[in-house]
Amino acid sequence: MREEPGLLDYARRWPLRLMVGTTFVFLYAPLFVLIAFSFNDSRRTARWVGFTLDWYKAAFADRELIAALGNSLTIAAATTLLSLILGTLAAIALWRFRFTGRAAVDGAFSLPIVAPEICMGVAMLIFFARVLPWPVGLPWPLNLGAIIIAHVAFAFPFVAVVIRARLASFNREMEEAARDLGAGPWRALADVVLPHLGPALVAGALLAFTLSLDDFVITFFTAGPDTVTFPVKVYSMVRFSVTPKVNAISTLLLVITVILTFIALRLQARATAEKPA
Amino acid sequence: MGTIIEFRNITKRFGPVVAVDDVSLTINEGEFFALLGPSGCGKTTLLRMLAGFELPTRGQIFIDGKDISRAPPNRRPVNMVFQSYAVFPHLSVLKNIEYGLRMDGVPAAERRARAEAALSLVQLEGYGERMPDQLSGGQRQRVALARAVVKRPRVLLLDEPLSALDAKLREELRFEMSALQDKLGITFVMVTHDQDEALVLATRCAVMNKGSLMQVATPADLYEFPASRLVADFIGSVNLFAGNVRSEEANHAIIDLPELGISAWLDHGTGTSETVQLWLALRPEKVELMKRGTTDRPPVMEGTPPGYNVAAGTILDIAYLGSESVYDIRLDGPETGKEGKRIRVIRPNLTRWDQEDFTWDEPVWIGWHAEAAHILQQ
Repeated sequence: MREEPGLLDYARRWPLRLMVGTTFVFLYAPLFVLIAFSFNDSRRTARWVGFTLDWYKAAFADRELIAALGNSLTIAAATTLLSLILGTLAAIALWRFRFTGRAAVDGAFSLPIVAPEICMGVAMLIFFARVLPWPVGLPWPLNLGAIIIAHVAFAFPFVAVVIRARLASFNREMEEAARDLGAGPWRALADVVLPHLGPALVAGALLAFTLSLDDFVITFFTAGPDTVTFPVKVYSMVRFSVTPKVNAISTLLLVITVILTFIALRLQARATAEKPA
Repeated sequence: MGTIIEFRNITKRFGPVVAVDDVSLTINEGEFFALLGPSGCGKTTLLRMLAGFELPTRGQIFIDGKDISRAPPNRRPVNMVFQSYAVFPHLSVLKNIEYGLRMDGVPAAERRARAEAALSLVQLEGYGERMPDQLSGGQRQRVALARAVVKRPRVLLLDEPLSALDAKLREELRFEMSALQDKLGITFVMVTHDQDEALVLATRCAVMNKGSLMQVATPADLYEFPASRLVADFIGSVNLFAGNVRSEEANHAIIDLPELGISAWLDHGTGTSETVQLWLALRPEKVELMKRGTTDRPPVMEGTPPGYNVAAGTILDIAYLGSESVYDIRLDGPETGKEGKRIRVIRPNLTRWDQEDFTWDEPVWIGWHAEAAHILQQ
């Protein structure tokens, strides 16, 4: 007699298998196509001809593309650092202190998370056109300042949310214990609060980095002719023709992201193993 | 044994809530002082003001004659054992204990030596390299204790230090804490809602209620000579009977107890007039239980001291607790047929058969000596 699947034996029920399978196909098939055709020895992307690394060579030879990638990575790094600092301070301020208008400030911080990106983009465009015109012709990387400011503005609330979630599990008596044992307020923050935040800092940094790296809409409105980022450059290339060169550089970006995520997850896992909340 | 801590007219408000209301209190050097009271009575707020985590709204706090009311926590000669122990989870036991010394800039070698000494003081030798999550609750409590005393504070503060532990361990650690205080000679100030803990550990207690001090006394005085019904009821359990003075002599008084329909002898005068409302407080273990049988006449026993008080009642309920039995007795009261007051009596089970002496619905006499009761005026 055939055994009935247990209540939690999801993998043995065929409708569930089908659903999981379909989900994976839609999730990963496009990515596999992207990767596969970056090695395709043909100008057309639709048909497999043979294996080649030419498109990678071509991509690295494309000065503009590499410059755009350099811009993107620089912007992402700066955004990560600034968002981490701002987001952490914002989260600590909202968690630690009672002040008038606290609810309003709290709401204001989360607005960029819910505001449509297109609105943010247009707002940034007007802001940098009318209120704070970013000087043109500054040397690299100062010319990226406007984009970095725009990215920090929408990325740091995400960091703040992650940090606050972690702070909720912090025992305030820990901080008081540090103060009681002779630490000043900043010392206690560094010695006791920050170590507790470790995993959240890693997660927040990763979030800010990826948000900045692949942002298109807001960047599109704030980028100038000499501050093209990678997504904006890819978009302009695709408008003329989709060459496997784009596939190649996208694959490279994917690999970088996967490696970074892997490292972040490993760090986080080790942090949680060392200090359970 | 001079004064080490003085609270002078301390008031603490949180918005509209008055947590501590004009408290003045002095604590002597070398005391094990307990702040006792129900939750929300202001005892923890008082302790936190001593540690520097809250600032008083009004009043001053002195330690060794120095006004520290507004000093930050890291500039006070006190250290605290927190309710949650607050052992730093990312530091080893030894690093936890060394933390305070590191903040003081004590050199590494001396730091290590002192931390090791503190560790052996709390009987945790060899646990230095462990991480806090590898310790039991009781061990963490000891680490918190070692971390606080290693800085040799003038005063050690303890916030409900044993409340997170199970009953058996709690009892064990009570005695250890007493011994530790003897050894160190540091002044201990403890907050607790557990009256047993306060009675066992403290040399002096302050009972607080709604932000005010109700009574400050030694544990024995709190128990035997409570100042008010509230204190009498909070420390242990008590039977209270309303009454008035009928006559007052030099060495005794007679109190009318209308709820019992009798007049009771008291071994001391009350210093009040007949019109003043009094309460007779009688602890359950100070009441004796006697067989009544069918007679309605109070027993006149051989050798009964003068002033021995007797009332009639019936056993309602019995709780057998092993070491003793608790009897819930309904007194006959002044009018027959009407339900009288109830009284609780504790009787030690001196032999293995004592618990069988009395049974449910049995008519009994209860009796107490003139020295057993205590008179309360508020």
